[in-house]
Amino acid sequence: MGTLFCDRVRAIAGVVFQVVLGIVKDAVRQGSTRLFMRMHVLMLIAVLVLVSVFAFGIGHSRAEAMTCPRHSLPQYHGQCAALATFLPGLVVVALWGALESPFALILALDRLAETPLSPLAAAEGHFLTAEIQALAAGHGSRKDPALMMAAQHYAELRQTGFVLMAVLAVGASLGGWALAWRRLTPACRARNSIEHALKIFMILCATLAVLTTVGIVVSLVFESWRFFNHVSLMDFLFGLEWSPQMAIRADQVGASGAFGAVPLFAGTLLIAGIAMMVAVPVGLFTAIYTAEYAAPRFRALVKPLLEILAGIPTVVYGFFAALTVAPFLRDTGAALGVAISSESALAAGGVMGIMIIPFVSSLADDVMIAVPKALREGSLGLGATRSETIRHVVLPAALPGIVGGILLAASRAIGETMIVVMAAGLSAKLTANPFTAVTTVTVQIVTLLVGDQEFDSPKTLAAFALGLVLFVATLFLNVIALQVVRRYRQQYD
Amino acid sequence: MTYRASNDPPHGTVGAPRVEAARAKLTACNVDVFYGEKHAIKDVSLDIGRNEVTALIGPSGCGKSTFMRCLNRMNDIIDICRVTGTITLDGEDIYDPKIDVVHLRARVGMVFQKPNPFPKSIFENVAYGPRIHGLASGKAGLEEIVLTSLKRAGLLEEVKDRLHAPGTSLSGGQQQRLCIARAIAVSPQVILMDEPCSALDPIATARIEELIDELQHNFTIVIVTHSMQQAARVSQRTAFFHLGELIECGMTEQIFTNPLHRLTQGYLTGRFG
Ligand SMILES: Nc1ncnc2c1ncn2[C@@H]1O[C@H](COP(=O)(O)OP(=O)(O)OP(=O)(O)O)[C@@H](O)[C@H]1O
Ligand SMILES: [Mg+2]
Repeated sequence: MGTLFCDRVRAIAGVVFQVVLGIVKDAVRQGSTRLFMRMHVLMLIAVLVLVSVFAFGIGHSRAEAMTCPRHSLPQYHGQCAALATFLPGLVVVALWGALESPFALILALDRLAETPLSPLAAAEGHFLTAEIQALAAGHGSRKDPALMMAAQHYAELRQTGFVLMAVLAVGASLGGWALAWRRLTPACRARNSIEHALKIFMILCATLAVLTTVGIVVSLVFESWRFFNHVSLMDFLFGLEWSPQMAIRADQVGASGAFGAVPLFAGTLLIAGIAMMVAVPVGLFTAIYTAEYAAPRFRALVKPLLEILAGIPTVVYGFFAALTVAPFLRDTGAALGVAISSESALAAGGVMGIMIIPFVSSLADDVMIAVPKALREGSLGLGATRSETIRHVVLPAALPGIVGGILLAASRAIGETMIVVMAAGLSAKLTANPFTAVTTVTVQIVTLLVGDQEFDSPKTLAAFALGLVLFVATLFLNVIALQVVRRYRQQYD
Repeated sequence: MTYRASNDPPHGTVGAPRVEAARAKLTACNVDVFYGEKHAIKDVSLDIGRNEVTALIGPSGCGKSTFMRCLNRMNDIIDICRVTGTITLDGEDIYDPKIDVVHLRARVGMVFQKPNPFPKSIFENVAYGPRIHGLASGKAGLEEIVLTSLKRAGLLEEVKDRLHAPGTSLSGGQQQRLCIARAIAVSPQVILMDEPCSALDPIATARIEELIDELQHNFTIVIVTHSMQQAARVSQRTAFFHLGELIECGMTEQIFTNPLHRLTQGYLTGRFG
């Protein structure tokens, strides 16, 4: 097996070598510095991989050759050696990637400061960096000699820096390999080390997700804070008028925009509420039917069909709502003597409700199917009817999952934009009347940001504040959901 | 020497699968059960006597549970299961389309092989049956039923301070007794018990056996058990199943002292099964 393995390693090494050769040839042919640089990094990483593959193969066969009882299987020793080889090199590359460009820029700017600048260049200090980088990459437009020189210096710095780093990286790799070589004894707990390395890798992945969230929240909070420098928090949260269009001249009507978000919150709640009133009962009863009454074959057919509902693009729902449902509602209303405007919360909410039915029905169906058969039999065996069994035994046992599905549907309804834009209009009116046009938080975020906008006007910043509110609201929903689920888990597990 | 009942002689079964018509609570005639293609019960004819305990014994997988589940039509729930033949309760065909299954199951209660308490409190578990059948008058009446049922199942002492704790928080044996309490709370006429003592310690087992002795004056009981001693202790009649067939049936004393069929002999002396 050992020789077979070595053969495989040799084959892989051959392939990697071919790839590296290809990259080098490409890089030479292309000639562009930037590309060359990037290719260099790729190549370097390929070299590191190659070395690690060798380290793996050699570690593996050395462990295989051990006669005394060894702690771990050869494959773990091999993996350990490969990791010990690859990671130090990778760390060096990553550090260089993060630090070298700014560092080289600083040096290049220093050089620029020594030479007398043309007054034009001095005036726009912060454009210089971009200009230098562009020139170094060979497509800058300004042929100022001082700049050219700085750019050349920058490019040279990067070249030498890269060579230095490459040597360092390969050195670190080989050092890691040497360490691994010395550690490769029968007593070495390679298996545990690999376990540990995997754990750290997973922690890194989880951290990435958390950090992204934190980053989004921080930027939301920061931009919102800038918004609240213009508009007071109280006015925003409790103001009853929303008209963010700021006039260009001070003497025009609506010279200062009004940023009272209450009509938006009300509109969002109204539409999401209508959607939930459609989706929850229909979804729940559908789920009860498919999980408890329908024949298995019927269920297998209907469930995927229903789930298609959630897969239809929302814009399709949007024009369905705007072109079919809304006129139908208006005409029906007219026939009954009720004034229903042709853009109404009812149309948007109703269609949205149809869209989110599968969120409720599919999840509820899954959790109800998962309720143990023995519980149903226990209830039926006591002489309960099917619906009594469902009401008293199946639904309570499935409640956490059902609540989860409903809240998922709710956050989807709150976040939905397209249907509302198309069917419910843009007018921020404070009303509880579902027959009139309303607007929602998400729609206003879109309208605030489309088109050419100054980035620090209150109008644009208001989008961030709205986003923050939306975020807090969904967070709140999720917390409630978790609470409900936990309460029932504690009680019934 | 084989004895055959005069009415409807079941071929293959030795002993006395029939009792006098007046004493029969449940009567099964030529019952076959299929799970899809699998023939799980083969032409079984058996009487369950009124106010007595009938024990079903036999090796694992021989169809004891399956036969028992036919008696209150629990097999209806299993899609692939098909039952033929007739079973009557007090002379009334329980597979008649006109029969109300729900009402039937209220009269023929069941304790399952695996304890299956509802995800509710201990109190609610026992109160469940009386509630849906409207057996209790008022809150006090319901409490009365719950407490006596728990007491008869020998569980009251252990749970009386935590009636509102979840039923699933009990130990396996306690859960089994909870299920027994739940079944007797609706006062069925027939109680089917599928290995009710399989998870119980000797003391709790003795309590359940006492309960069975006590119940048999007013109720008809069918019990599946793998303990020969238990079958001998609690039952008046015993039926021995093997590979879906009813091999032998008769008075418990006779079966245990003088089995007629060599399969019965083999099973009782532990030579197989
Ligand atoms: N739901 C089912 N679907 C298919 N086959 C089943 C089903 N339930 C039972 N069977 C089959 O029917 C036969 C009888 O099963 P049953 O549960 O009645 O045995 P048992 O005598 O109660 O055994 P045990 O003493 O182990 O409980 C077994 O062979 C089993 O595989
Ligand atoms: Mg069984």
